[in-house]
Amino acid sequence: MTSQGDEATPRSVQLSVDGTVVTATEGDSLLAVCRGLGVEVPTLCYGDTLTARNACRICVVELDGNRTLVPACSRPAEEGQVVHTDSARVRTSRKVVLELLGSSVDLSLTKGVEAWNERYEADPSRFGPSAAPAGIGERDRRVTGEHHHADPLTAATVAQPAKIDNPLYVRDYSKCILCFKCVDACGEQWQNTFAISAAGRGFDARIATEFDVALTDSACVYCGNCIAVCPTGALMSTAEFDLRGAGNWAPERQHETTTVCSYCGVGCNLTVHVQDNEIVNISSPSDHDVTHGNLCIKGRFGYVNVQPPRRRVKD
Amino acid sequence: MDLHFTAKDPTTAERDAVDDVLGAPLDRTAVDRAATGQYLRAERGGAAVRRQRHLLLPALLALVDRVGWISPEGLDYIGLRLGVAPAEVYGVASFYALLALEPRLTRSVVHVCVDLACRMAGGVDEQRHRYEDSDTLVVDSACLGQCDRAPAAMVTEPGAPARHRVDAREATVIAQCGEASLTLLRRVDVIAPTDLDAYRAHGGYVALRRALDIGPAAVRAEVDAAGLVGRGGAAFPTGRKWAAVAAAPGQPHHLVCNADESEPGTFKDRVILEGDPFAVIEAMTIAAYATGCEHGWIYLRGEYPLARARLEEAMARARRGGLLGPNVMGRGFAFDVEVFRGAGAYICGEETAIFNSIEGYRGEPRTKPPFPVEVGLFGRPTLVNNVETLINVLPIVADGAAEYRRLGTVGSPGPKLFCLSGSVRSPGVYEVPFGTTLGGLIERAGGLTEGRTLQAVLIGGAAGSFVGPEQLDLPLTFEATRAAGTTVGSGVVMVIDDQADLVDLVTRIAAFFRDESCGQCVPCRVGTVRQEEAILRLSVGKRQRHERAHDLEILHDVGQTMRDASICGLGQTAWNAIESALTRFKLFPEDAP
Repeated sequence: MTSQGDEATPRSVQLSVDGTVVTATEGDSLLAVCRGLGVEVPTLCYGDTLTARNACRICVVELDGNRTLVPACSRPAEEGQVVHTDSARVRTSRKVVLELLGSSVDLSLTKGVEAWNERYEADPSRFGPSAAPAGIGERDRRVTGEHHHADPLTAATVAQPAKIDNPLYVRDYSKCILCFKCVDACGEQWQNTFAISAAGRGFDARIATEFDVALTDSACVYCGNCIAVCPTGALMSTAEFDLRGAGNWAPERQHETTTVCSYCGVGCNLTVHVQDNEIVNISSPSDHDVTHGNLCIKGRFGYVNVQPPRRRVKD
Repeated sequence: MDLHFTAKDPTTAERDAVDDVLGAPLDRTAVDRAATGQYLRAERGGAAVRRQRHLLLPALLALVDRVGWISPEGLDYIGLRLGVAPAEVYGVASFYALLALEPRLTRSVVHVCVDLACRMAGGVDEQRHRYEDSDTLVVDSACLGQCDRAPAAMVTEPGAPARHRVDAREATVIAQCGEASLTLLRRVDVIAPTDLDAYRAHGGYVALRRALDIGPAAVRAEVDAAGLVGRGGAAFPTGRKWAAVAAAPGQPHHLVCNADESEPGTFKDRVILEGDPFAVIEAMTIAAYATGCEHGWIYLRGEYPLARARLEEAMARARRGGLLGPNVMGRGFAFDVEVFRGAGAYICGEETAIFNSIEGYRGEPRTKPPFPVEVGLFGRPTLVNNVETLINVLPIVADGAAEYRRLGTVGSPGPKLFCLSGSVRSPGVYEVPFGTTLGGLIERAGGLTEGRTLQAVLIGGAAGSFVGPEQLDLPLTFEATRAAGTTVGSGVVMVIDDQADLVDLVTRIAAFFRDESCGQCVPCRVGTVRQEEAILRLSVGKRQRHERAHDLEILHDVGQTMRDASICGLGQTAWNAIESALTRFKLFPEDAP
């Protein structure tokens, strides 16, 4: 067993970000360094409670000496690096990545995208009108390696009907950017349930249970930790989904109350989201020592003792 | 971990297929619902069971080999045996084109190559029809690596054992067979490939003996002095890689021979693996000795059944001859090799995707840094070298770096294998010194097909670039091709005559990248789709001038972003060949009528 004193003290390094020389701890991500400087670096797949997956590639920056751009979220700070966060190459890549995402995924509930589109002059409509949405389960049945013949006059999308197969939450994969956060939260990084995985390949890649079985037949334990990390609203509590569907979702009428979960002795912090005197969501702060934003089914969905569940209107 | 399995029990055939790979279960009742009548959990055995995850892909392949597809029951059984959640097994299974997750109950499955060389050979449609009968499922496939024998198809008949064969045109193995000038190909088609005595009689195991005599450091010094660079496409200095792995502190070190040759137009590694498997084994043994590896993996693409059979046989003979195993050549050095079979994924030729594939995860590339020499297979320092790179080590070690450098140029020493295909009289693998001109190489292959004129040459494969007839004087070296804005890449030289449809080839390249993108990062996942859409729009020809300009702008923007912002080499090169066709051949001129 090593004592604290035996561990190597992290080294300080100096690097330059957009001409400003900054001292950072070796191994910190360039993203953290930039944020420390107040330099905004847009990102979608980065989560503060998860290992960086660097899948979205919006956070790319230019690093002198590198042939390609590098992802700020997962490139560690090193001595002498020269970083450019707003060069022409960076701006082009961010613009096109935003266009690629915006043209293929419904980003209407993704925070920040509108402002980024403006900042990088991204025009997701440039690829033409969107292709017709896929039918239920159609994208899940795509065969890997089999070429999908699309109509080139429309832009292929991941649009498809939402998967509603349980009373607690909804999976609307037409909003999924494949950031892998739900998979990591469900799997080895938090819940260790492994109910979902990325499946398929390329543009047909999607988040799925085995053979696309309903969540009720899967290993899902309804902790909702996937909802907590989803950056695009693809995963959403049924309460919120129904309110939105009925046009009654009103963040301006909502307030949050922090409390401690009363179900067991762990002491998870709950943030209760209330609209019109009705609980609409329960989350936990991602910087909380105990939960790191995670809860169990009781904490996240077990508020029926406070209010009876809403009756879903059958489609 | 609390795993949750819902499917019913597998059939006896499925169970046997999986047990053949994983061994009998430790506790049969724990994995047999019929026996317990209970809700199933993972097999008992803890970490020892979970450490076998590298058997996941072999087990999936075993199911497809035995019964033709992966049923929910078979998939669950694998998960149960390995302690892996069914969603994860599904995620892996759905990554590969040679695995099927829907019932395939026909007697055979035929993968018809629809890639570049086979298209030019004509008859992709005829090929598809040729196999059509009620008991055969015909599916399209990316390049099968048989471009010298195009058109090609791979036929699989599931069963115990499964039968795999490749149907292609009859052709000589190599045109240069027996020529005295050959170094890398000198034994191919000269000796029986799996005859160890013949291999030794033709210079085999001289290099390993010398390596063991001079010691690991001297071997590394020779390789470094020889100026050998990687032949898989990236051209990284081999000596530097070896030095880094040898010096890496983590233990054990792993060696991976990248035999996932999938670049359309590339088949050189297949010719080596099929024709001189001992050379690959000997070279791997030297590489392992020089870098401190105890175990080697040959990641072989699933489309090379003959190479697999020959490698397995050669490995068995090498073991019997004391050339692999706990005491190689009686010199106290322990090393062994196993063949890991791919399952149809171009991306798995990417060095970090190989690691994920072997470890039983989806074949998605990893973030670099850390580099494989530090954190590679199973998180250990790993040496990854291409087949051709490795066999270059044999003459370097046997004859010394100075002798090796007599061939080739200062910047690109040594011999090089090129894959000649398309419109040449004698397609095949050719060994020439670096510096041979493009035109000279095409002449070596008998020149253009009778009565045709040259339109273009695709150098380096789908990730390479098209050049025009004015480049026939181009010396094929790393430095000269780079200066000319192209690449040696994996050694593809695909000759395209005036009758070939360049637009069709470019469209196929776009489709190829769309199909083979792993889907992990946005630039490549969506970019390859937008690229294909724009090419298809441009190729219909009825577009207004401003529409063409718009589509060309899309191609440039998306291409630049894929090159700059993709995680790995696949996305970074997905625009290369298309860009070259657009700029050098004015394929879709803005001002077209």
